[in-house]
Amino acid sequence: MEQILAQAKRVAEEAEVFMVSAEETPVQFEANRLRHIQSKQSSYMALRIIRSGKIGYATATELGDSQNLVNAAVETAPFGMVAKFELPSLSIYPKIEVFDPKVESVSVKEMINLGEELIATVRGHTPDIVCDAGVSKAIISVHIINSRGGQANYKQSVFSLGIQGQLIRDTDMLFVGESESSCHPLTETGAIAGKVLQQLELAKNRASVPSKPLPVVFTPHGVASALILPLMIAFNGKTVLKGASPIGNRLGQMVFDDKLWLWDDPTLAYRPESRPCDDEGIPSQRTPLVQQGVVTNFLYDLQTAALAHTRSTGNGSRSRGGLPTPSPSAFIIKPGNTTFDEMVNDIKEGLVIEQLMGAEQGNILGGDFSGNVLLGYKVESGRIVGRVKDTMVSGNVYQLLKQITAIGSDARWVGGFLNTPSLYCPTLSVASK
Amino acid sequence: MTNTQAIAHQLAEVINRCSADYIEARLEESQTSYISYRGRELDSIGRASAIGGNVRAMVKGAWGFVSFNDFNELPGRVELAIKQAQFAGSEQSQLAPAEPVVDTSAIAQDKNPVVIPLAEKKQLLDEYNDIIWRTPKLQTSIIDYGDSYKTVIFLNSLGSYIEQDRADVTLRLSAIATEDNEVQQAGLSFGSRGDFSLIQGLHQPVGQMAQLAVELLSAPQVKGGEYTVVLDPVLAGVFAHEAFGHLSESDFVYENDRLRQIMTLGRRFGSNELNIVDNATIPGLRGSYKYDDEGVPATKTYLIREGKLVGRLHSRETAAKMKEKPTGNARAINYCYPPIVRMTNTYIEPGAASFDDLIGDIEEGIYVKNWYGGTTSMEMFTFSAGEAYMIRHGKLAEPLRPVVLTGNVFTTLMNIDGIGNDLQMNQGGGCGKREQIPLPVSNGSPHIRIRHCLVGGR
Repeated sequence: MEQILAQAKRVAEEAEVFMVSAEETPVQFEANRLRHIQSKQSSYMALRIIRSGKIGYATATELGDSQNLVNAAVETAPFGMVAKFELPSLSIYPKIEVFDPKVESVSVKEMINLGEELIATVRGHTPDIVCDAGVSKAIISVHIINSRGGQANYKQSVFSLGIQGQLIRDTDMLFVGESESSCHPLTETGAIAGKVLQQLELAKNRASVPSKPLPVVFTPHGVASALILPLMIAFNGKTVLKGASPIGNRLGQMVFDDKLWLWDDPTLAYRPESRPCDDEGIPSQRTPLVQQGVVTNFLYDLQTAALAHTRSTGNGSRSRGGLPTPSPSAFIIKPGNTTFDEMVNDIKEGLVIEQLMGAEQGNILGGDFSGNVLLGYKVESGRIVGRVKDTMVSGNVYQLLKQITAIGSDARWVGGFLNTPSLYCPTLSVASK
Repeated sequence: MTNTQAIAHQLAEVINRCSADYIEARLEESQTSYISYRGRELDSIGRASAIGGNVRAMVKGAWGFVSFNDFNELPGRVELAIKQAQFAGSEQSQLAPAEPVVDTSAIAQDKNPVVIPLAEKKQLLDEYNDIIWRTPKLQTSIIDYGDSYKTVIFLNSLGSYIEQDRADVTLRLSAIATEDNEVQQAGLSFGSRGDFSLIQGLHQPVGQMAQLAVELLSAPQVKGGEYTVVLDPVLAGVFAHEAFGHLSESDFVYENDRLRQIMTLGRRFGSNELNIVDNATIPGLRGSYKYDDEGVPATKTYLIREGKLVGRLHSRETAAKMKEKPTGNARAINYCYPPIVRMTNTYIEPGAASFDDLIGDIEEGIYVKNWYGGTTSMEMFTFSAGEAYMIRHGKLAEPLRPVVLTGNVFTTLMNIDGIGNDLQMNQGGGCGKREQIPLPVSNGSPHIRIRHCLVGGR
């Protein structure tokens, strides 16, 4: 790395070398049986240079060939953006624990046992369900050095465990599933299995819904699959800078219900989305985005922050090896004090949405969403009476979150990137066959 | 001999010495360039190169898989894959028979778009961006261009040795219009098998796209409910892919008895006029190839013929377990993943109806065009239109906000009651399955009409 930096400094004013390497061991079960054991080693190096004031960029997996990497970065620089930022010099990073050496020493046999246990519990409840399960451990190392003396290194461990079940009766299909991840080894399957069994119980009966506006409870999975993507895009500093965010000019204004609090947090110990610094070497921080319904911040990397005349929030991320761009680490929605049962009990006729399919396919910039209720339940007189099918819901995230009836006390991690409670909304458009 | 060829020969020797029910290896070398705009300014431009490989071994019915881009310790990697498979395996290995293939003629077939000067690519994108920005009320634009050129060497314990290449070009443009905190967008996707000229000369559609984004600001949202819908070839292609294509991927079916019962060959899914095909042998399309990633020659496979299920897509393993012939549909997005059963170029064959025939007798319906996306749970699927218009009294009427449509594979295909005569293939898509996304595929269809389609709305 030092050699590449030295080579790059000879042809550029500034340079930064980013390297990530990973060793991953996934164990996969298909159709109830162990089918794959894998081992994946990968590494790549990214070189960002500032040459004649402009940004050049190249990546390579072949670490031996440093001159080619430098040449490729130099070739792109004349077309690159004018660099408005300064690379960070040596920084002090917060102590954020994201590595547990115990992950490395979990044996493949132990991983297989976890998967078998999960499948056995779910099939013990519903013998004819067909399950796919995955257990995976990974160790990731990140190194950053730059020409201003900036330097960051950290190692991260990630352990994940998940199951998906498919239950077919005639041509009717039911999909259930749950997963969990941590920087610690996961040793318990009970919580995951419990969630799946709960889904199976609630979906046992079928119910129909009328086509009309109805009150809706989004479970944590429902929030993740229906509501969160438009917000992640809208709070992205780059979307704001380009004037494409519906909340971009509403900083300090009440945009959401005053019960809503939302922040981005890469500082939580032993969470896979946490890290001491972002991919540009900027120290991690917790960034409040919505406080009591008021928009308080957007997320920035170095270049976007400079263009917007503000400071990086430490959200520079290189997804798929590209240039750093603002990206959320983990979104956290503050739990309220209403239990899930209290929400359901409050509804005379309505829906519980656990999984919405296709919500990300519309005008997500504008906050519109529309999707098929892949897993959801009908509520009648305060009770869940059964699963709904052939049902579409449509709405707009900003209209929906302007007035929230209640926020749940049941916050938990879903999909790895979101910690949220259930949200109870007074009305959503429903179309059903 | 190139570096990767030398490594391939080394690997072949190691594999010959080892013992497993089956072993294969893939080595890949790729170059990529990309340019993106967020707004008026170029946002990022870069080049990437990657080299890597993998070894996959089968022992007693289970797979071990090792991927790497560090080429030291090759014998150790092969041994690890075998050891993993031994550890997981507990039954009989089953793979449909395949002939050993030695073929290096499929190399240098594609044009390499990565070597076109960045200045030339940027010039074209600047022209498109200027057109978008000239549109009044337009807030911003998003343009993502990417190209790649990849060579793959495949070898296996049957003695196969295959070299192939694949070039790819993708271009996605969006125009974003705003007014009073309201945001609307319109998008277009293009792609080609490495042929840069196919994304040139699109100035007119790009201008129309920008205009559409502005028009959507004043367009009403449709009222949710059931409608007769007419799909343009682009969206109908996405429909064929989502509504039926995924369900015909045998890895979903082969170990699932209930699903096997549903997917019995001969079962009726649509009317006699409905034919759906997956065909990797059409030259020059993004889903095409000579051999799949298990070294099996590509085929044309009818999935639905005259409304009945007649075939499905296979890897060697799913074919053996279902006692059918392999179709050459095992594909991996890159060396980090083992191949899984995937579509290639999937399309609905043309029928006889003209566009006017299709909309002429619709009292109230919706014409939907272009795609935002689509997804499936196999039984249920959704797909979304980038452009929509009411049909009133047999004529196209006012524009609508983009709509999401949903259906149930067991009823919606049966509700197709009109198939146009104007088949077009769309090259702008990418398919995701498990973690492997986006895989180059193409979809196609003529205009089609579907009765009783559920549409989301206010």
